[in-house]
Amino acid sequence: MTYKFIGKRIKRNEDPRLLTGQALFVDDVDIPGMLHVAFVRSDYAHARILNIETEAARQHPGVVAVYTAEDMGDEWAPGPPLVSPPPTLAGVIFNSRRQSPLAKGKVYHAGEAIVAIVAESRYIAEDAADEVRVDYEPLPVVVDLEKAMGPDSPRVHDDLDTNLAAHMFQKKGDYEVARAQADLIIKKKFFLDRGAAVAMENRGVVAHWDEKSQQMTIWDTTQAPIPIRNGTAARLGLSQKQVRVIAPFLGGGFGPKAMMFYPEEMLIPWLSMKLCRPIKWIEDRRENFYATTSERQQVHEVEIALTNDGRVLGLKDDFLHDTGAFDPYGLTIPLNTQCHVTGPYDIQNIASNCTAVFTNKPIVTPVRGAGRPQGVFIIERMMDFAARELGMEPLELRVKNLIPPEAFPYDKEIIDQAFAKLILDSGNYLPVVEKAREMIGYDQFIKEEQPRLRAEGKFVGIGITPFIETTGVGPYEGVRIQIEPSGKVNVATGIGTQGQGHFTSFAQIVSEQLGVAVSDVSLVSGDTAEFHWGTGTFASRGAVVAGSATLAAATSVRTKVLKLASKVLETPEEELELEDGVVRVADLPHRSISLGELAALANPLRGAVEPGTEPGLEATDYFGPAYGATSFGVHAMIIEVDPETMMIEFKRYITVEDCGTVLNPLILEGQIHGGVSMGIGNSYYEKMHWDENGQLLNASLADYLIVTAHEMPNRIEVGHLETRSPFNKLGTKGVGEAGAIPVTACFTQALENALEEYHLEILESPLSPNRLYELLRNLTMSTYGREARK
Amino acid sequence: MAYHKITLTINGEPEQVDVPSNMTLLKMLRERLGKTGTKNGCAAGECGACTVMVNGEPVNSCMILAVECDGSEIVTVEGLSDHGSLAPIQEAIMESGGVQCGFCTPGILIASQALLNRNPNPSEAEIREALVGNLCRCTGYVRIIEAVQAAAQMV
Ligand code: FES
Ligand code: FES
Repeated sequence: MTYKFIGKRIKRNEDPRLLTGQALFVDDVDIPGMLHVAFVRSDYAHARILNIETEAARQHPGVVAVYTAEDMGDEWAPGPPLVSPPPTLAGVIFNSRRQSPLAKGKVYHAGEAIVAIVAESRYIAEDAADEVRVDYEPLPVVVDLEKAMGPDSPRVHDDLDTNLAAHMFQKKGDYEVARAQADLIIKKKFFLDRGAAVAMENRGVVAHWDEKSQQMTIWDTTQAPIPIRNGTAARLGLSQKQVRVIAPFLGGGFGPKAMMFYPEEMLIPWLSMKLCRPIKWIEDRRENFYATTSERQQVHEVEIALTNDGRVLGLKDDFLHDTGAFDPYGLTIPLNTQCHVTGPYDIQNIASNCTAVFTNKPIVTPVRGAGRPQGVFIIERMMDFAARELGMEPLELRVKNLIPPEAFPYDKEIIDQAFAKLILDSGNYLPVVEKAREMIGYDQFIKEEQPRLRAEGKFVGIGITPFIETTGVGPYEGVRIQIEPSGKVNVATGIGTQGQGHFTSFAQIVSEQLGVAVSDVSLVSGDTAEFHWGTGTFASRGAVVAGSATLAAATSVRTKVLKLASKVLETPEEELELEDGVVRVADLPHRSISLGELAALANPLRGAVEPGTEPGLEATDYFGPAYGATSFGVHAMIIEVDPETMMIEFKRYITVEDCGTVLNPLILEGQIHGGVSMGIGNSYYEKMHWDENGQLLNASLADYLIVTAHEMPNRIEVGHLETRSPFNKLGTKGVGEAGAIPVTACFTQALENALEEYHLEILESPLSPNRLYELLRNLTMSTYGREARK
Repeated sequence: MAYHKITLTINGEPEQVDVPSNMTLLKMLRERLGKTGTKNGCAAGECGACTVMVNGEPVNSCMILAVECDGSEIVTVEGLSDHGSLAPIQEAIMESGGVQCGFCTPGILIASQALLNRNPNPSEAEIREALVGNLCRCTGYVRIIEAVQAAAQMV
């Protein structure tokens, strides 16, 4: 298909505002009379609250109000469950425990909000917060996942017998049969740890209850403004019409900003109504580490069954999943892990057993990747170990097990996060692998370059990792498009945007249908007053779901345009074309009318709009996919390890993606670059260090190290192949998380390869220079020990 | 809290502000002068989102008190473009795709511009060095570095 706008490297419509400091972020909202909130948060990870002394804070000059859970009276209520467990899954156990606006009686993790101080300025609110005294009775703390499920473990929730948050079992075929037929069984245990999303913008909420108009306006750093509006209306006893939620420009989301409801999101609007004043709360960086969600901690015991010639017959995975103190987000993350633990491979026998565990740590919800990186890490590690045992090339073993092109649509028979069976819609995997292999010069590196560099004493290694990414899940999104008499086009959608370039990629879809310049299309997203149906931006679904709705609405408007123009120009519709903002007769380009003039004609001041028709050139359409669309890709890297410092240099970094139709390569590549940088952090620099008391030891950007300009590869080479998704008319598949998903798996492979002579076996993630040093030292010490005994 | 009357130039315009002793330059810019282009990502000198130029040097405005800037010349992101026409560094970052959410962008623009002012033709290594205090979670930096190189060619 040839497009004029779709697929083009078009500069972003939103950039001029962002580059000149004119884009509105939540913290930029300033309303006369606005008050500011600071929270007193728990010092303990698990403790009973014996007493809260707030009198001094209330007396502090400039303090307007102080609230504890007690002060909220009957209006105190836990947040709603966001996602229930899959109803289609037999035997699933799910213990729902939800966060509350302010802790009552007990605190469940360090950093939980206990008291809200409302004051004339944030400085005053913070000072007054220091004057609050909370008396605690510390309780034993649950941190370690395995210990949490032991018989003597203390319990996070007093009313449960164990720390079991959920249990679910999924299978395909019969693993035991596969095991019995296998020539080789490999069994390993893996430890994956938590990382933080670290959007550069912390969270924030500004709420303004206007008593006179009886309207609540909320500016919120949320990825899901419509559910926040609906939930807020219900909590405050308002009609949905009375609540407007605006998610303006967001400084990155990466998942945690889709969590609903954060305690602060419940509380700030409520305070505004109570006090009849606009109220602002902006999270500080330390709060962001303690009070914003994070994820990735899992412990896997895995078994893979293979034949001698490298055919994978089956995979069994028993894993524990850390859900933190509460589980409002249900089982999205472990479901994703279950869907990705067999990767792009045709494995007919699967047994996956997931146990989600409560711990005294902040709540776990998706972070870019959302359980997928864990699944990919597990299968790719097992592939590496299997290749080693079988004496096969790692890539050869992988290629041998790829799902073949004729097998699509391919039924994994595993329930996914949308509660439907995971059907891989389309794909042609081998050419993508081949392209990556060629781009990185795999064979040449292994045969020539690596031996030469090793002879020079260099520790260089290569990794190459295929992966899938399930994307574009339902339920639905909607879009309204209207042509103005000026000829400009307005587009409104409910999903929020956090830097993904929606202002431009959706405009390109509209331009394709209506023949207007991309810069003449202006998008409003994430303002419930503009569009109030939809769910949000997560699960790499924006381009697929809202993009498809955009296509549908643009097509409807095009139909209206053609119908009216045909009448005005007295020419059959088939002979008309839309180009450069006008409709013209194909062979007689001087016979034309601009879209703006048509829009004016469609909204007449005199005469009648015919029955059965609508005024204006406007349409609203929706898209709800029955199944998601699954992208495929390969990452490959060549790294060098400095044996003195354990620092890594990325010599080459390559990705090849097949995400169906590409809307805008500039934006697509940007998504991949950013994902890779997060993936590199997740692999080697970023780990949240919780001590045994449930305290986070590195809760600052000086101690929790995200990747800087120094650690990144000089270049990221992006290749692209295209297998259009048959499940949506654009043929597109999501790619928002793809950059991050396989990095750790690929990095670990490359690292082991670089240090091949040590026979290192990496069973954990994330690593760090220190940790790598420890692993190597332990190895050489045990080798030394063995030699000494001889 | 003692208040101080300070005089300074912001993006070429003289300003007089009455500030309390404990107010940071960042807070003064954002809350007193409505210059909200400069962002707060940590208020602890760790992220660079708040970078502004003080007498030509890139400075974390969250780490300096407003009173210390009495008599200084400040340039913020709002002062880079000239009446609606983007500065070369802004053009270059837009062309290369170096903006995503845009939250780090004001700080990165200022740090890059300060580098170009003192070194009109920086090497890639020098650019990385100059941007190491500016964290970006969205872009992976690769294109930002390309953009600074491109901007150097433009001027
Ligand atoms: S806000 Fe100043 S360095 Fe982060
Ligand atoms: S563009 Fe989002 S933090 Fe840099």
